[in-house]
This record gives sequence, structure tokens and C-alpha cells, in this order.
Amino acid sequence: MSGPSTYKPSTGFEKWLDERLPIVRLGWDSFVDFPTPRNLNYWYTFGGILTVCLMVQILTGIVLAMHYVPHVDMAFASVERIDRDVNFGWLLRNIHAVGASMFFLAVYMHIFRGLYYGSYKAPRELLWILGVVIYLLMMAAAFLGYVLPWGQMSFWGATVITELFGALPLIGGPVTEWLWGGFSVGNATLNRFFSLHYLIPFLIAGVVGLHIWALHVPGNNNPTGLTAKTSNDTLPFHPYYTVKDGFAIVVFLVIFAFFVFYWPDALGHADNYIEADPLVTPAHIVPEWYLLPFYAILRAVPDKLGGVILMFGAIGVLFILPWLDTSRVRSMRYRPVAKWFFAFFVVACLGLGWAGAELPDNKVPVLGAIGVDFLLLGRVLTLYYFAYFLVILPVLGFVEKPKPRPASIEADVLGSKKSGDAAAPAGAPAE
Amino acid sequence: MKTIHRLLAAAAGVIALAAPAALAAGEYKKPEEHTWSFEGPFGTFDQAELQRGFQVYNQVCSACHGLNYLSIRHMGMEGGPFYTEGVAPNDNPALQAIAAEMRPIEDGPDDFGDMFERERRVTDPFPSPYENEQMARSANGGAYPPDLSVIVKARKGGTEYIRSLLLGYDQEPPEDLDIRTGNYYNPYMSGQVIAMPPQLYEGIVEYEDGTEATPEQMAHDIAAFLTWTSEPHMDARKRMGLMVMIYLLILCGLLYWSYRQIWSKVEH
Repeated sequence: MSGPSTYKPSTGFEKWLDERLPIVRLGWDSFVDFPTPRNLNYWYTFGGILTVCLMVQILTGIVLAMHYVPHVDMAFASVERIDRDVNFGWLLRNIHAVGASMFFLAVYMHIFRGLYYGSYKAPRELLWILGVVIYLLMMAAAFLGYVLPWGQMSFWGATVITELFGALPLIGGPVTEWLWGGFSVGNATLNRFFSLHYLIPFLIAGVVGLHIWALHVPGNNNPTGLTAKTSNDTLPFHPYYTVKDGFAIVVFLVIFAFFVFYWPDALGHADNYIEADPLVTPAHIVPEWYLLPFYAILRAVPDKLGGVILMFGAIGVLFILPWLDTSRVRSMRYRPVAKWFFAFFVVACLGLGWAGAELPDNKVPVLGAIGVDFLLLGRVLTLYYFAYFLVILPVLGFVEKPKPRPASIEADVLGSKKSGDAAAPAGAPAE
Repeated sequence: MKTIHRLLAAAAGVIALAAPAALAAGEYKKPEEHTWSFEGPFGTFDQAELQRGFQVYNQVCSACHGLNYLSIRHMGMEGGPFYTEGVAPNDNPALQAIAAEMRPIEDGPDDFGDMFERERRVTDPFPSPYENEQMARSANGGAYPPDLSVIVKARKGGTEYIRSLLLGYDQEPPEDLDIRTGNYYNPYMSGQVIAMPPQLYEGIVEYEDGTEATPEQMAHDIAAFLTWTSEPHMDARKRMGLMVMIYLLILCGLLYWSYRQIWSKVEH
């Protein structure tokens, strides 16, 4: 999609620079003149929003790290000191803590958008896989970061998650001790977690670079799933999408600011304001909200190793998704059956989050009357989660009859009159 | 994972056993609703209330509970109980008087290598009631009075939980609940059994500002004070929040208008 460069160096210095290091040309081709489908809706603004989230986390994190002390005796106190005595420390910490939740909120929107519009399909398989790598790194960074304040949930969350590796046959014990740097979660663990928590965001930034590179070769997918063919299908990225993304980013920042300034502790757990105590186990250990669906999948299996395998499998399956979905139609807009399975997949993910937050033996409201507890709910939804990827999408590609698609993005935008004539016959590969 | 299973089994057991009781063991009563000056997006701390709350802490709570993450000077910061406009917290006369009345602090070593005691200053931390956890436990029949610096943020229900808990000693325990000597029934406490005896008796504090020290008044004031100790910058947070929101909403409007302008010429 990226055609010949239209960049024209206008000053002597730009000409000099362009012959040696064409960095301005790269920026021009990638973010100014870059041809972008003209029909992108607001679901496509989350890429820009996520870039902002990453930058916010890195900038606030760098300053917080200047004041934080990674030592089991001082970590909790140093966080309190940031809140009380560091100039605007309370603001930085609120932004960083709320920012983690906002980051995940945006990434889930971004992932669901990709799933609905088939953004993982050829020729965007690597783009999708790089995205899953970023998501994995984000989860690692978030988990490590949650350990640093050294509250009760930090300590016990770290214990539960690191003990998962103990389920590995033979090497489980040694691997867990190697991760801990001792025989339990302790000072060595906190130190290495801090080091890795500082490292991972820069790894994410690197993979984000690859992700954008991989995006700019085939170009954006779009709500029709059709490939942009002529210049009538696209608009230059600037000013059309800079202003649209800019608007969406500021709307997102309003929600972000609402939590930072008016409800900063809503997304955290009260127990994390109690300093870590290895001798007192909290009544109910739960991860942060954005990891709850995976926690529910973990608990759905009565066997420890099985649960761990299934939990990692839930993310692993995303890596092979481009080859699991057999339909030749990208966008679910034209897939009348898949669209409903997708809608229920979103519901299933939310339901798994709910099941992860509750005790397994608690009865589900309403359904509890017929004996459904959260363990059963988690199991049913886990089954659906995997069935969606491993059974529904592979089979649906063969049995579903897609709706007719417009001839081009332009035809779709200009209305049904034109596209009616030019519509591709149903089932024919329009992409 | 072993831990999870153990925990889940334990929690499940507790719930299954206690299910028939009206308020099952491990469960607790929802704190009572109450009105606070610092509620809502524009609410701020009431300084007189915070001063009374500090008096309750200083004369009652501080016998067993510390405020480890606070220094005395914090009370003179903007939004704090003894803030005076134009006076730096370290020079605040009210705080200097309070510090001088508190337990002396150990300092040193001096030039001869000896530790010595000196009068507590505004810049020093609040005195700890006990040297260490062991001493605290042995003085309280095995229970450990928690530090109160962030207690409001560390408990579900926050401010209202603190107030309800302090007033919640007058209720009849269920017959099947086993309460050992030295423990008390309090439905707001997780597990409904608390080791802290009731504290807020009529007249245990004589307020300097002449307010009548009823248990309700004292519970209200100490809950407000502990909300402030948990989040001393709350007033500043809300004030800045208003400015940020106004700024972002104006920017939002401008960007939306720009977006409409730029896209008005193309079909999309």
C-alpha cells in the first residue's frame, strides 16, 4: 500500500539530511502522506490511544522509579512517601496506577476490533502476532508492577503466579526457586521484579515499532475488510486521521482523568494498602480486573498443570488464529452467522472476568437457583472461549454463506446505489 | 496454585458451614451511610472536624495505634488540620506545641557515640505506641493494633466503615457465635469478632472547641481525620481535577469542531 514516496525536501538542510539519513522522509511517508482507508470508524482510534498510554506509563514510571525503593522493608513506605511528600507524587502514582487499567481497557477494545473486522487475516498475520506479543509483554509488565508497592495483594499475587511454574514436571521446583532467587517470594524477588518492570516497557516500545512497520506494509484493514485498490479508497493520514485520532485520544483522556482525579482507588484492591505480610494470607486473593478472565480459566481445571496449560493456551491460541479462521471474508459485517458467535465471545470474555472475581462456590445470580455456581460458569465459558477459536471459526468458513460485499471501499462509502451494481457475487473472494 | 486451592477450600468451607445464619461468619454488616464534608467531586475537608479528629486520635487511639507514615509537620500542609495560610508547616506554632507535648524521641549518636533523648520536633514522625510488633501483641492479648496511616484506603467501606465500627459495639451477637474473653462482638468487623474494646465513651475527650463529645461526634471526627491521614492531598486532587476536566472538555470541543471541518469535504 505504501507507494513511491511523495516527500520533497524543501530546504537545503532537509536535502542534505535526506541524502544521509532520510528520517524526515520516513516520518512523512508513515504519518503524513500515508494512504489510509477513508471509512475507518472510531474502533480504529485505539492504536493511537494505546501509543499515548505507553508513553504515559513510561514517563510517569521513570519519575516514580526515582523515588521508589525496591526493598521489602522500605517499598511500602516509599510508596507512601511518594503519595505524601514527593511534589505531585500523588498525581504521578495515580496516573501510573490508573494508567495500567486504561492501557488494558484500550488494548481489549483494540483486540476485539481486530477480531470483528478480521484484521488478523492475510496479509496481516505478522501484524496480529506482533500485537499478541505486545499483549503478553503488557501482562508481564502489569503483573510485575503490581508487586512493587509490596502490599498484601502484591505479595500473595506474586506467590500464586510464581507457584504456577511449580506445576511444570521435573523442572517446576528449580524454575520456581530460580524465579524467586530464594525459597519464597522475598527481597531478591522484589529486586528482580523491579528491574524487569523497568525493562519490559522498552521491549514493548520496540515491538510496537515492528507492529507499526508491519501495519504500514499492507496498510490498515477497514470495516469492509476490502483491500484498498485505488487512491479513491484512501485519504492521507494527515490531517484526516491525525484529527480523528486526536479527538478520540482526548475523549479517552477525559475518562482517564475522571479516574485519576475522582476515583483513583476504584480499580485497585483495598488489601494492597496493607503492607505485605508473609504470615497472613488474605481471605480472597484476586488479580487485577484485566487478568481475571485468565484466572477463571486457570481455576476451571481441577488439575494444577492442566489449569496452567489452559491459561497459557488461551493466549497461545491467538498466535495461530490467522490460520484457524478459514473464511475468505475478512469483516464480520458480511458474515451473518460469525457475527453472532463473535458477540457471544465478547460476552463470554466478560463472563469469565466475572467468574474470576468471585469465589468458585458462590452461586451465580438468577442461575444459582438451578445450581449454577461460578466454577461451572467459568468452565462453560472456558469451553466456549476455546471452541470459538478451535471449532467455530475453522468450521464456519466452510459452511457460512457470506453476504454480498461492495465492490470497493469507495463504493461502500458512496452508498448502496453504486455498490449494488458493482457488488461481488456472494462467496467470491473480494479480497 | 496450592495456595489457591487451600484458600478456596477454606473459604468455601466457611461459607458452607455458616450459610443458614443471618449474618454468616466471615461476612460482615455493610457500614452505615453517613454524610461527609469531603464527599463528591467538590467536597473538601473541614478543618475544625480534622482538629477534633486529631484530638481523639491523640488522646484515645494513639495509646495503641501508630501513624507510622506521617510526620507531625504533615498536619500543617495545605488541607491539613492545622494549616495556616502563609505559615510553613515547620514553623506552625500549634504544631510545635503539639510536638513538644508528645513523647521525646531518641536521636544520635552524638559526638561521643551515645544515643540521647530529645524533645520531639515538628519534623519528626508521630511516636509509635510500641517498639515492635511483638511488644504490641503481648500488650493486647495477641492482637496487633494496625497502623492507622492508610487505614481508610486499606478497608472496604473506607470512612464509613471506620465510623460504623467504632459505634458498632451495642448490637446483640448471634447465639451461635463463639466470642472468647477479651474479644467483642462487632458486626462491621470482618468475621464479626474484634479484639479492640469499645473506646468512644461519652466524655472520654473534652473538645478544645467546645463541641459536645458524644460517641457519634467522636466517631465522625476520627473517621474524617483518618480519611485525611490516608489521603492528605485529596483537596488538591479534586481542585486540579476540575481544572484538568475543564481543559480537556474545551480541547475536546475544539478537536471535534476541527474534525467536522476537515472531514466536511470528503465522503466517508
